Amino acid sequence: MEEFERRVTECIPRLRRYARVLTGNSTAADDLVQDTLERAWSRLRLWRPGSDLRAWLFTIMHNVHVNGVRRRRAEQTGEPLDIAIGGTQEQRLELRDVTRALAQLPPEYREVLLLVAVEEMPYAQAAAVLDVPLGTVMSRLSRARAQLLSLTNGDTTPGLRRVK
Amino acid sequence: MNPLSNEEQLHAYVDDALAPAERAQVEMRLRADPDAAHRVEAYRRLNLLLRAALDPLLEEPVPERLQHLPTLRARRTSWLRPAAFAASLLLAGAAGWFLRGAADSRPAFGDALAVQAAAAYRVYTPEVLHPVEVGAQQEEHLVSWLSKRLGAPLRAPYLGDAGYRLVGGRLLPAEERAAAQFMYEDVRGRRLTLYVAGSPEQARETSFRYAEQNGVSTFYWIEGGLGYALSGELAREELLKVAEAVYRDIAMRPQKPRSQ
Repeated sequence: MEEFERRVTECIPRLRRYARVLTGNSTAADDLVQDTLERAWSRLRLWRPGSDLRAWLFTIMHNVHVNGVRRRRAEQTGEPLDIAIGGTQEQRLELRDVTRALAQLPPEYREVLLLVAVEEMPYAQAAAVLDVPLGTVMSRLSRARAQLLSLTNGDTTPGLRRVK
Repeated sequence: MNPLSNEEQLHAYVDDALAPAERAQVEMRLRADPDAAHRVEAYRRLNLLLRAALDPLLEEPVPERLQHLPTLRARRTSWLRPAAFAASLLLAGAAGWFLRGAADSRPAFGDALAVQAAAAYRVYTPEVLHPVEVGAQQEEHLVSWLSKRLGAPLRAPYLGDAGYRLVGGRLLPAEERAAAQFMYEDVRGRRLTLYVAGSPEQARETSFRYAEQNGVSTFYWIEGGLGYALSGELAREELLKVAEAVYRDIAMRPQKPRSQ
């Protein structure tokens, strides 16, 4: 049990990052993490030891978030993601552009990018977390990347400029 | 799954989701198609940029309230050691935990739920001839009817492993809305009821709470916009086991349709 607790604690930074990408706002994100952790504990018995804890916690977070959003019937997009950016001036500009662009994507696109591109989850696992078919993960991913590219088109990176 | 489109293949290539043979195929294609190769480069670059932008978040200090998880410990005790349940409820209550946000409507709704559920239990379980409106032999009809009246997809949990079979159910009034009651009984004819009512928008989800009135024990909780209350004339620990079975059944088989 202490083992479980230790492993959950290890996942907290990743949960906070996922929550930040979902909500865009650090307070709302930590509220979401707290709700997720509470839910995880109350469902402890549903967790199968040996299965992927990160995927399980992410699934819970996704559900808590979706239910909350459905209840509020309001969805904020386009607000800047509350993320501090480091690095050199040039890197900062580039990263700022990509986080800005990310914030303008619909939440389901942000989510799939976080899971697949950032967390490097296999497609099937991302599909399980989001409770959508595999094909939906792929189509969202390809649309998400296309939008992100078109939003960062003004970027100075040659790699991005060449692409329509 | 359908075969991947050309474009999807490129994404799967970037995300390292292809089998070696497909991988080789895509690599061949990339050599012949500079446009596709550029896209692959761009997708790769996006992955790198996103990670560079979001990885620093992992280094941020975890705020106090998430770090110590005192609440989680209180809750954990209650779940793992039913014998300690009463004690942990007290502890948790003292910590303001089960009643977190006491100003919101949750306790009011939850408490009303428990009272109504216990009252309905007392009225209907002694019935010999008409304990339910619709019997278990018409379970599908019962569930779809009650779901329609409550405006939410319900299910009658399977409690066979806990030793209870569905008798049937009925529609009941709850405040201004409709509520559903599912009745179960064991081989000795002891009955339990699961009372379900739509929760107000602002009611927060809760874990199990316990109430006892005139010999009727009730575990109740709020989840997914519905309040659930399981009532019976059972010892708390015994009822808790069934409540967990109900909870698990509902949680393991979410009613919501898979979204596209």
